[in-house]
Amino acid sequence: MTQMLVWLTVLAYLLSMGLYISLLNTGKEITGRLATILMFIGLACHYFTLLARAKVSHTVPYHDLQGSMSLFGWLLAVTYLCLEIYHRQRTVGAFVVPIILAFFFAAYLLPNHAAKPSEAHGVVFALHVTLSILAYAGFALSCVLSLMFLGEERLLRIRKLGDVVWRLPSLELLERMSHTSVLVGLVTIGVGTVLGFVAVDRQAGQHWYFDPKYIVTLIVVLLYVVYFRVARTATWRGARASRFCVFNFILVVLSFTVVNLYFSAHHKYF
Amino acid sequence: MEIVLVGLNFRTAPVAVREKVSFSGEQAQRAAEELKTRGILEETLVLSTCNRSEVYGVHPNANRESAAALSSFLSDFHEVLPDQLNPSLYHHYDHDAVRHLFRVSAGLESMLLGEAEILGQVRDAYLRAHEGHVTGPVLNRLFQAALEIGKRVRAETELGTRPMGVASAGMKLAERIFGKLQERSALVLGAGTISEQVVSQLRDRKIKHLYLMNRSREKAEEFAKVYGGEVLNWGEWDTSLKFPDVIVSAVGVQDYLVTKPMVEKAMASRGNRALFLMDLAMPRNVDPAVAGIYNVYLYSMEDLTEIVKQNRDARQSEVPKAETLIEDHVAKFISWQASVELTGVLETLRGSLKQRRANFLAERLAGMNHFSAEDRDRIGSLMDELIEHLLLHPAERLRAEKELRRKIQNVEAIRDLYLSNREKP
Repeated sequence: MTQMLVWLTVLAYLLSMGLYISLLNTGKEITGRLATILMFIGLACHYFTLLARAKVSHTVPYHDLQGSMSLFGWLLAVTYLCLEIYHRQRTVGAFVVPIILAFFFAAYLLPNHAAKPSEAHGVVFALHVTLSILAYAGFALSCVLSLMFLGEERLLRIRKLGDVVWRLPSLELLERMSHTSVLVGLVTIGVGTVLGFVAVDRQAGQHWYFDPKYIVTLIVVLLYVVYFRVARTATWRGARASRFCVFNFILVVLSFTVVNLYFSAHHKYF
Repeated sequence: MEIVLVGLNFRTAPVAVREKVSFSGEQAQRAAEELKTRGILEETLVLSTCNRSEVYGVHPNANRESAAALSSFLSDFHEVLPDQLNPSLYHHYDHDAVRHLFRVSAGLESMLLGEAEILGQVRDAYLRAHEGHVTGPVLNRLFQAALEIGKRVRAETELGTRPMGVASAGMKLAERIFGKLQERSALVLGAGTISEQVVSQLRDRKIKHLYLMNRSREKAEEFAKVYGGEVLNWGEWDTSLKFPDVIVSAVGVQDYLVTKPMVEKAMASRGNRALFLMDLAMPRNVDPAVAGIYNVYLYSMEDLTEIVKQNRDARQSEVPKAETLIEDHVAKFISWQASVELTGVLETLRGSLKQRRANFLAERLAGMNHFSAEDRDRIGSLMDELIEHLLLHPAERLRAEKELRRKIQNVEAIRDLYLSNREKP
């Protein structure tokens, strides 16, 4: 059953990706609608695969790299779909769905890399993890949007428009979408971190213990706050802000990978 | 019932001839009524735009004679010598006429490939003719199908998506940067023809603030009276470059009007908000070095012309797709037409066979006096039943089933098979 759900998820995401790419090439509205419908189907199947994994681990699936990656992919898909509906812009899907698909694939193709189960459990802890991963998804989306901005801006500057530029969102919209994503990321990481401290307090009876992850997360949050503040100022607005956003996400990736795996004692996979 | 089309367009006739043969709305209606009254056509519709004048009609036997009568009517109606008019005219019949109209509606026969205006013109011509009661079932169906294919081609191909004029290409580029222009402002330098085109495009996009600047303030004010907008004093660059998101320049001067230091100063005072500059003048009004300034997008006439050329090529590559859709609709229309015609053919056929059956029985039973009147009626009804069963049932099926008709394609075969020329409906 789980295997079938995995294949259904892959199929729905693959078809959705194909249609989003086709939308970028043809501009047909019906293609875009179908892509969104398939994305919803993929999201639903993906949810049930996560649920199956959660049933085995009796918690949100974040105790192993695979579960964590799959959850990230799912939350990225949720964030993207909310953004698509809010901004009524579908062409971004062609750039986001491959990432979702890659994370989903990686989650099921990587060798099992289970860590020692975390001692922390419970709703608050689960929310802490889920919101933190949602924040990463928001930041990932803002990175994709910033890269799209930089690409489109470059093409407009060198006056090589080709076929696709006419169908991409306007630079102004890409900026707005990126801001929305960062805002989602900042709010969720803020709430998620507070909930993390509450979970630690419940578990160990103390508010704080040292983990390098705290420092890196604090730096990431500060950098995104700075981005949010300066992105519309005279010096930074436009391509500079987008480059800054991409740089911030590189730090997020480092935090998610190098810091989690080699430095953090309590945040192996989220 | 056959369709005939006689017309001319920008490919076959020079402007001088097209002007003479163009129809106003009232003329189109009057011409259509006359064509019906004189019995030249049973249904008729006149389509007249700046690039074409075409008369579509339906006649029981549309052929070269009816086309000649139409040509002659056109030359009489517009008082143009036949020698002057006839070389420019084209004639199309039935499938070719249907195909031609569908191509017109899809924008394939337009001077600007894929232009959207033609669809509105076809719709207006059809509505006018329909309200004037000069069309009938065939032309109604034909023009409804033409409007449908026009929409379909635009929805399913990229024939109409890319800008084909320099001004509209510039506006589309501005939309790539700012999104919709309703909340934006623009400054237009110059008050010539190009400026008019640009302002018209800006107005279509409901630009929020439009500023105009011209060396002659009077001319700018005249311009503003027609198109709206606020006139700024010529040369007040510090203030005038500070606010607009889009600046279009089309002024006939030898030196650069807008220089790099001016734009740098303006960008500093506008907080580096993106600025889109369209330099449509020749020689150029904007120093090309301006393009290097952060958040400034500069497009010259040459750049925009290149974009338009690329778009034209891209539209051209969409033609085969549009043609496939058109062929699909032509086949559908022909199938419908065949179904309608078959209904008429079947009625005539039924009458003809019954008559032949009656004659046949009367002749063969003449010497057979042992048959009572009742027997003769019985034989007659049995033969009617046989005719229905053997001949008319398959033909009824043919009328009802599109696939069967597609296989046969040509209704003429049925006519020729069963009816003499005299009896054809």
